[in-house]
Amino acid sequence: MTQSITQNHFELFDLPVQFSIDLDQLNQQFRKVQSEVHPDRFAAASGAERLKSMQLATQANEAYQTLKKPTSRARYLLQLHGIDTQEDSNTAMPGDFLMLQMEWREAMEEASDAHDIDALERLLTEMRKAARQFQQDLQQQLDENRAFEQASGTVRKLSFIDKVQADIEQTISKLEDA
Amino acid sequence: MALLQIAEPGMSAAPHQHKLAVGIDLGTTNSLVATVRSGMSTVLHDEEGHALLPSVVHYLPDGSVEVGYTAQAQQSQDPHNTIVSVKRFMGRGLKDVGDTAQLPYQFVDTPGMLQIQTRAGQKSPVEVSAEILKVLKQRAEKALGGELTGAVITVPAYFDDAQRQATKDAARLAGLTVLRLLNEPTAAAVAYGLDNASEGVYVIYDLGGGTFDVSILRLSKGVFEVLATNGDSALGGDDFDRRIFCWILEQAKLPPINPEDTRLLLTKSREAKEWLSDHTEARITSILKSGDLVDLTLTSAKLKELTQHLITKTLNPTRKALRDAGLAVEDVKGIVMVGGATRMPQVRHAVAEFFEQDPLTNLDPDKVVALGAAIQANVLAGNRSENDLLLLDVIPLSLGLETMGGLTERVIPRNSTLPIARAQDFTTFKDGQTAMSIHVVQGERELVSDCRSLARFELRGIPSMAAGAARIRVTFQVDADGLLSVTAREQTSGVESHITVKPSYGLSEDEIADMLQSSFNAADSDKQARALQEARVDAERLLEAIAAALSQDGDLLAEAERKQIETSMEQLRNLMNSGNSHEIHDAVEALNHATEEFAARRMDTSVRKALAGQKLNTLEL
Repeated sequence: MTQSITQNHFELFDLPVQFSIDLDQLNQQFRKVQSEVHPDRFAAASGAERLKSMQLATQANEAYQTLKKPTSRARYLLQLHGIDTQEDSNTAMPGDFLMLQMEWREAMEEASDAHDIDALERLLTEMRKAARQFQQDLQQQLDENRAFEQASGTVRKLSFIDKVQADIEQTISKLEDA
Repeated sequence: MALLQIAEPGMSAAPHQHKLAVGIDLGTTNSLVATVRSGMSTVLHDEEGHALLPSVVHYLPDGSVEVGYTAQAQQSQDPHNTIVSVKRFMGRGLKDVGDTAQLPYQFVDTPGMLQIQTRAGQKSPVEVSAEILKVLKQRAEKALGGELTGAVITVPAYFDDAQRQATKDAARLAGLTVLRLLNEPTAAAVAYGLDNASEGVYVIYDLGGGTFDVSILRLSKGVFEVLATNGDSALGGDDFDRRIFCWILEQAKLPPINPEDTRLLLTKSREAKEWLSDHTEARITSILKSGDLVDLTLTSAKLKELTQHLITKTLNPTRKALRDAGLAVEDVKGIVMVGGATRMPQVRHAVAEFFEQDPLTNLDPDKVVALGAAIQANVLAGNRSENDLLLLDVIPLSLGLETMGGLTERVIPRNSTLPIARAQDFTTFKDGQTAMSIHVVQGERELVSDCRSLARFELRGIPSMAAGAARIRVTFQVDADGLLSVTAREQTSGVESHITVKPSYGLSEDEIADMLQSSFNAADSDKQARALQEARVDAERLLEAIAAALSQDGDLLAEAERKQIETSMEQLRNLMNSGNSHEIHDAVEALNHATEEFAARRMDTSVRKALAGQKLNTLEL
């Protein structure tokens, strides 16, 4: 008999260990697990159970957040295969992506200087589209071809897109407050 | 003087009995208490039939304290000693409260949280709030005919760690067991969602007396999942009153006025605002202490003009919350209006325009939070056996650490589902460095100075090593109440330090003990009696919980394991009669420790069972 839940994030929700997952199923499984372990279920329980409940509920939240978003799901999957995505150290990007990067940054600065919130929103939509393409690549690289090094490169690109998106959102938020 | 209620050990409620639990809405303007009776959540009234208790505390010359309507009636006569809207000061320093000059109090700039000078001495906002809670506790115990098992206390979703901690301290001071701090909009969603069997994305727009919250929730089969929350913990109906007040001063060309007249005109302003919810004109007349006469007419159009910027201030957080949730206006199925200030037609119009649909106003905006809190209290106290209600809430503001140059490094992003933990590794930057200081802040800004400082602590006793060799792991855990605790551990040597985040903006254990002591005005022996009583209640609860667990899942234990737990239980039972509070406390800890493995197995099993509904064959047991 297992002593405690020490499975990986996929196993915790009884999902196959792969990049493509059924998000509805993930949502459902997450809710099922939380329904059993959440601290609200143990408000009147012993100290030992309250502590365990907090640990498990924390773990379930962490697992859910990681699996929900494609970039972190891919990064985590690569980690399980023993591959570090080196997002901080490996900044080498193919030339065409570098060009795209520069265009986005320029568009962001331009729209930001012009206080043009609509243009920033349009940029976000455009980046989301680009991200979707990379996510499709990931499915092939991870689930079909098991091309982990290549997938690592795609994660770095997505990670970059995520960062720029966060910057844009923050800029919009600042402009709205002004 | 408050009396201690002493119940004999062994007389506490049997496990199957209905536990007395309440939900308390500790509001800026009004407070309420509600409970679930015969399956229905109901607000409890005072003897005169009032549901609302004005959140006003008056310290009288004879040393007594009055709370509610009688205190409210004194606010213009005795403004220095009559504290209104104390919630605005919870967990706040003097510099955080912008408009102190306009308020009739003598503030004392004490470290962490301000205090107010009254004739009863310096009062912390925590103590003032505790007076309100005590009255509600008495009201509930009278109505329900027994001692309360516990209470769920609501807080604005946008309250930070310091404000939450202050609220919890106030409850403790009032002698309440806090089952959970619950976010006000989430409480409202529970009351609304269960009543209407709603499914889908709902927005809770909560404009109270002093705080604004907006939460976006997904409701699905009894699960209330908060997707994002935002707000302004210093924006509410009070600000509308103050705009009217300033307008009166301007129109009546009054010279600077005294505290009594200020309070009087603020009350007139509030009355005019409330009148204008159903009328197009309000007449404001008053004779001031100074002899000046005020006679003005405020139209609803003028009110709208005066306060339009305040309404705009609520729409920015709303937009941000939607963006954080990754949703658009079209995704929203309904908007629930909460808080007395949402009675203003101009607020309703603005919200309807923003969301392109009429908001839902069929619930009493004053009561819905307390009603929801009571439902959650009932669940937490263990009165409902069917697991059909689950609240998944989030942390409203990011937690971060100070890095080089006074910049913030985010550790836990806002809107993370609770509970959450994050670990961060640090290292030394000098050879032989044995201490390191860590500064935890909360907020969204890049500069540490723009965020709220939660705690500064020093990690000492790091073994002397070369620069960069030490590996210090700092773990931040935010619990289901939204409260932070921090643990630091040097990985190579195992030196551990546990940090409670209280000191910067909360009360220390000693301060609470002092307040408890003075509030009971008791001798040392009474204090010991109280500690002993608390320890016995704790022990009783634990024994009850474990007995229930054993009868339910005893088969998960081997014979020897079960014996060991039973021995621990027996030891605790014996000590309950003969031991002092420390001995009982230690035995409680020992029993908790002895049941850790059992707790883990029970939870494992229940998770497996829950998931097994889908795919039995993939489970390995």
